[in-house]
Amino acid sequence: MPRAEELNDRIVAALPGADVAVDDLTGGGDHFRAEVVSERFDGLSRIERHRLVYDIFGSDIGGPIHALSLKTSTPGETR
Amino acid sequence: MTNDEIRSFIQGAIDENHAMLFMKGTPDEPRCGFSARTSAALNTLGVQYAALDILPDPRIREELSGISNWPTIPQLFVDGKLVGGCDIAMEMFESGELADLLGVEQPAEEDVPDAPAVDAPQTAPIGLENRLG
Repeated sequence: MPRAEELNDRIVAALPGADVAVDDLTGGGDHFRAEVVSERFDGLSRIERHRLVYDIFGSDIGGPIHALSLKTSTPGETR
Repeated sequence: MTNDEIRSFIQGAIDENHAMLFMKGTPDEPRCGFSARTSAALNTLGVQYAALDILPDPRIREELSGISNWPTIPQLFVDGKLVGGCDIAMEMFESGELADLLGVEQPAEEDVPDAPAVDAPQTAPIGLENRLG
C-alpha cells in the first residue's frame, strides 16, 4: 500500500528542487492529493504538467494508486 | 465487440461531439466523486455534452487511455482535444476558462457553488453509454 511519504519522495526524486505536499485523502493509501511547485512546469500547459507527474508513477496510477489529484504551479505563479 | 471496434467508437465520440466526457457512471448517476464534479461543472455551465460510462467494459478505459495517453477517469474532450481530468476541468471552470473554451457565458458568481452540486439541473446530455453494451 503506497504511503503519502513514498509518493512525495518519488516526485521530489523526479523533479529535483520541487516543493511537494502529498495528502492521503482517505487514509486508505489509494486516494492522494499532491500539490507540486516546480520550475520544470515553466512553459508547460496544464495537460503537460499533469502528464509529467503521472509519468513518474506509470502504471501505478489506476493500480495501487487509485486516484492522484494534482495541483501544479511554478514558483513564479502566485495562486 | 472487438477492441478495434471499441477504439473506433471512442474516437468517433471524441471527433463528433463538441464536448465529450468519459466518466464513471452517468451524469444522472455518477459512480465516482471526480466524475460527479466534472459533469456537475458542465451542467452548471448549461452546455450540451455527450457522456460515456467507462465502467460496463474494462476495455473502454484501456482503449480510451491508449488514445488519450491519460491514465485517469474522468477525461473531458472539447473539439476533439483532451482538456484534462477533474482537477484541470475544475481549475478551468473556476477561472472561467472552461466557459470560454466551450463558447458559453460564465454563470454569475452567486450561481457558482464552490463544489457544484451533483444534482445540478441536467441539460439533456446525450446518453452514449448504451451504445457500447
